Amino acid sequence: MGKIDLTQLKSGEVATVVAIEGGIGFHRRIESLGIRVGVKIRKISTQLMRGPVTIQMGNTQAALGFGMAIKIIVKREPEQE
Amino acid sequence: MKKILLIGNPNVGKSVIFSRLTGVNVIASNYPGTTVEFTKGYIKIGDEKIEVIDVPGTYTLEPTSRAEQVAVDMLDEFIEEKDNIFVDIVDSTNIERNLSLTFQLIKKNIPLIICLNFWDETKHIGIHIDAKKLEDILDVPVVPTCGITGEGIKKLVSKLDEVKVCTYRYEDDERWSEIGKIVETVQTLTHHHHTFWEKLGDASVHPITGIPIAVGILFLAFKIIRFIGESLIGYIFEPLFEHLWAPLIMKLSLLLGSSGFIHNVLVGKLVDGEIDFVESLGLLTTGLFVPFGMVLPYIVAFYFVLSFLEDSGYLPRLGILVDTFMHKLGLHGISIIPMLLGIGCNVPGALGTRILETRRERFIAATIMAIAIPCMAQIAMITGLIGQYGAYGLGIVFGTLFIVWIILGVLLNLFLKGESPEIFVEIPPYRLPYMKALLKKLWMRTFRFLKEAVPYVLLGVLIVNILYALRIIEFIGKIAAPVVTGILGLPKEAIGALVIGFLRKDVAVGMLVPLGLTANQMVVASVVLAMYFPCVATFAILVKELGIKDMIKSTIIMIVSTLIVGGVLNLILKLFS
Repeated sequence: MGKIDLTQLKSGEVATVVAIEGGIGFHRRIESLGIRVGVKIRKISTQLMRGPVTIQMGNTQAALGFGMAIKIIVKREPEQE
Repeated sequence: MKKILLIGNPNVGKSVIFSRLTGVNVIASNYPGTTVEFTKGYIKIGDEKIEVIDVPGTYTLEPTSRAEQVAVDMLDEFIEEKDNIFVDIVDSTNIERNLSLTFQLIKKNIPLIICLNFWDETKHIGIHIDAKKLEDILDVPVVPTCGITGEGIKKLVSKLDEVKVCTYRYEDDERWSEIGKIVETVQTLTHHHHTFWEKLGDASVHPITGIPIAVGILFLAFKIIRFIGESLIGYIFEPLFEHLWAPLIMKLSLLLGSSGFIHNVLVGKLVDGEIDFVESLGLLTTGLFVPFGMVLPYIVAFYFVLSFLEDSGYLPRLGILVDTFMHKLGLHGISIIPMLLGIGCNVPGALGTRILETRRERFIAATIMAIAIPCMAQIAMITGLIGQYGAYGLGIVFGTLFIVWIILGVLLNLFLKGESPEIFVEIPPYRLPYMKALLKKLWMRTFRFLKEAVPYVLLGVLIVNILYALRIIEFIGKIAAPVVTGILGLPKEAIGALVIGFLRKDVAVGMLVPLGLTANQMVVASVVLAMYFPCVATFAILVKELGIKDMIKSTIIMIVSTLIVGGVLNLILKLFS
């Protein structure tokens, strides 16, 4: 059960956030939309050419840039492995 | 006066609750010392009149952007005043995330009431919340509401005098685990099937399905704007001016002796013995016809469609789709929103750049908007006047501006130091807009247009008359002839329009009509008028937003690019005609 970043997760897959890289400002910012360690994320889509990644946490959906998505490390839900 | 403050995350339906609580008398005002806007209205409870303030939405009291900073500053100021009531509006389909702000509010020791909005939606998506339990835990009133149907609003009002300071205490680093515990106690989830709207939501951010959806929506938006605008003009405004107003003014014209300075200022010059609402240039003819008869219908149409798109939740999705492209211009996808606002009027467009995080982005966005995005007033005039020559001319004008918009963005992105941050945005679920709130917003925007545009149009028409009477335009025309005629290929009289364009671009476009320009000259003049300088209202806002130094830079870019684009366009059009 390897750790991957959000950009490597496929559309439709669900994963749990295990680590977030980057500084405190980045953490605080993404936490405002409920992205933090331990949260389950469903990936909705990625735009072409390293475009933004769209995800869902609970009932909140959010889009974040490719470079931000790389900093979010997740683990796929076991049943999908 | 006692105040009720509505606080909450963005996209929690705050403005619908606001319009439910308040009557018709709603004002948008600026927060002192800033250009950040908030709306306030009034509610009468018993004999007491209480002010209701819709504080700009924020996710956190530890601000991460300029807009959030203002919301927090505003809040701190209202906290210092005694007696105020704070209504925390929570999206009940997202309580865990929303309670984070609630928890930060608790720490402020303020009289609080919690409103669980979108209550009806929880049922559709399999969420059950025990509001009573939440009330017991936090020990402040908790009222489930549904802004759209009005459910719970009466109860909210009746509970206003039960507000109290929350006594719940927690350690800062335990915030999320405390919230987690509360959510576990009060919320139960059941499985639900994806609704049609959820599926559509996913489809509109998938690249393969999203782009056709975006094209379809924008095409439809354009069609609706044209339909509403043309209908308002054809069935209401033109008949009013032609059949009611014109005969009245003709009588006045006779009374004033059909000529002379006073006659020209009020009625303007008669064309073939008749009033021409575009060419006459009198205060009571052109001065009223341009804002009401030509521009207002499109303003109403545009803001109706834009407000609908805003309230439905589509715009962030559009932002995601255009994000990769916008990065080429040094911006991220969300900057499409100030650009769209700029199409209505550059003033709110310039204000809207505030949602962008860095100075660099705000500079690029404001500059390319001010140069290459004509406002609806100007678009309506250009469409009305160049449209007569066929769609071809319109295509060249708007096509040129679009290309300029891209090229300038790419160049600024290349030459300005620094990088642009990435997109980070919440995507609210699709919701059918609540018509009453939408119409209220439409009214506020339209009213603002009238309030700001009409005086300037009248002033512009007055100044034109004075400048002509004193032969000043003739004088400036002679000086500017090398540029205006030499580079742009326009007659030197066109300088009059450029002078008045500082004040109002719609009047300026109208001033081109009596000059008897060729179709090509009309195209060049329209492009130049759009680009060379923002109108005075936009300029004032840009100075405030960018600071004087950046505004000078921006102005130089405007003038240089206008001369290049106008000159090249003039040459190309000459070659092909």
